[in-house]
Amino acid sequence: MSLSPDTFTFVADLVRRRSAIQLESGKEYLVESRLLPLARHAGVADVDAYVRALRNAPRPVDLEAVVEALTTNETSWFRDAQPFQALADHVVPALLDGRPGFGAPTLRIWSAACSSGQEPYSIAMVLADAVPHVQLRILASDLSQQMVDRARAGRYSQLEVNRGLPAPMLVRHFTRAGVDWEIAANLRQSITFQKHNLLDTPPTGGPFDVVFLRNVLIYFDLATKREVLRRVQQVLRPGGYLLLGAAETTIGIDEGWERVAAGRGSVYRLAARRAA
Amino acid sequence: MRALVIDDSRVMRRIVSGILNPLGFETVEAEHGRAALDVLESGMPVDLACVDWNMPVMDGLEFVTSVRANRAWRNVTLMMVTTESETGQIVRALAAGAHEYVIKPFTPDAIREKLQLLGLVDQEESA
Repeated sequence: MSLSPDTFTFVADLVRRRSAIQLESGKEYLVESRLLPLARHAGVADVDAYVRALRNAPRPVDLEAVVEALTTNETSWFRDAQPFQALADHVVPALLDGRPGFGAPTLRIWSAACSSGQEPYSIAMVLADAVPHVQLRILASDLSQQMVDRARAGRYSQLEVNRGLPAPMLVRHFTRAGVDWEIAANLRQSITFQKHNLLDTPPTGGPFDVVFLRNVLIYFDLATKREVLRRVQQVLRPGGYLLLGAAETTIGIDEGWERVAAGRGSVYRLAARRAA
Repeated sequence: MRALVIDDSRVMRRIVSGILNPLGFETVEAEHGRAALDVLESGMPVDLACVDWNMPVMDGLEFVTSVRANRAWRNVTLMMVTTESETGQIVRALAAGAHEYVIKPFTPDAIREKLQLLGLVDQEESA
């Protein structure tokens, strides 16, 4: 069974218009595997037939479901440990260094494209252990309402907590809830969840000291990457940090950013002339 | 690198070995803790032990405790791989000296990611 070019073009176009995510040719397998459950759920034999029916009678709720199915990722906790190490060892010490010492310092962090919540909760866990005296205000946003709801629930299956979550952190920050595990209330209280499209007006809750924008830019074309970075810049506090995915960089996209030496993390800051 | 795979189920030993081999581990299998201690006592260098909890003769917790009690084996990384999933059990295993804990059932990715956390397998550069 293979996807018709017509189906692929329609889906890729829909996803690009709704999310700015580019599905290049070669991603047919992704469309097929992600949409097959929707087709089955609708009682249709295959993805081509499902998309055909959708085109004949497009309902907003179905179109939204297609976009969601293609823009969400399975994530693990610390599979890529570098950004969290860079946060605790380099970024937060540098930020706290410049803060006057009255009362508990507050750090505002935006986890943009938080998926099912592993990233914002990982940030909260790492910083609760590294700098327990700091007040955290984390905004976690995602394009997908389904993902925002899942993240907000803070409940993970046995299979999910097996994925890259160190056992000492599991026992320290989670409690059993039936067959699932639930993140500790104090960590959840430090996070606000919100549906947000990176191409819309930047979210409230800023300015932020740190923005996590990992494994997002890779899906966008150059003009969209620039636009997303421009919007991030609007809500980043002067001297604030941007953390990208391991395979991502601002180089060649926007020369206003400079890479910061922070272990092996992909950490950036606005270059001095731009920040001024 | 060499890994001890300790489980009384032959099928489970096969599954764990099948995950470890492509990650660069030579595996030696043992059906309980005592048999695994015999391997260590023979002087064979071992980098990692994946240990079930409930086994005849010597269970996983006792094995972990025995390994931690002998300084000659201090470089052996210990990872429980078990159906025991209560917080109290995980805490007991960590307190006894286990470095990591994987709850059955698991996916191959779960094992690989735990080994990445432990620094026994390289972090991939991919997204």
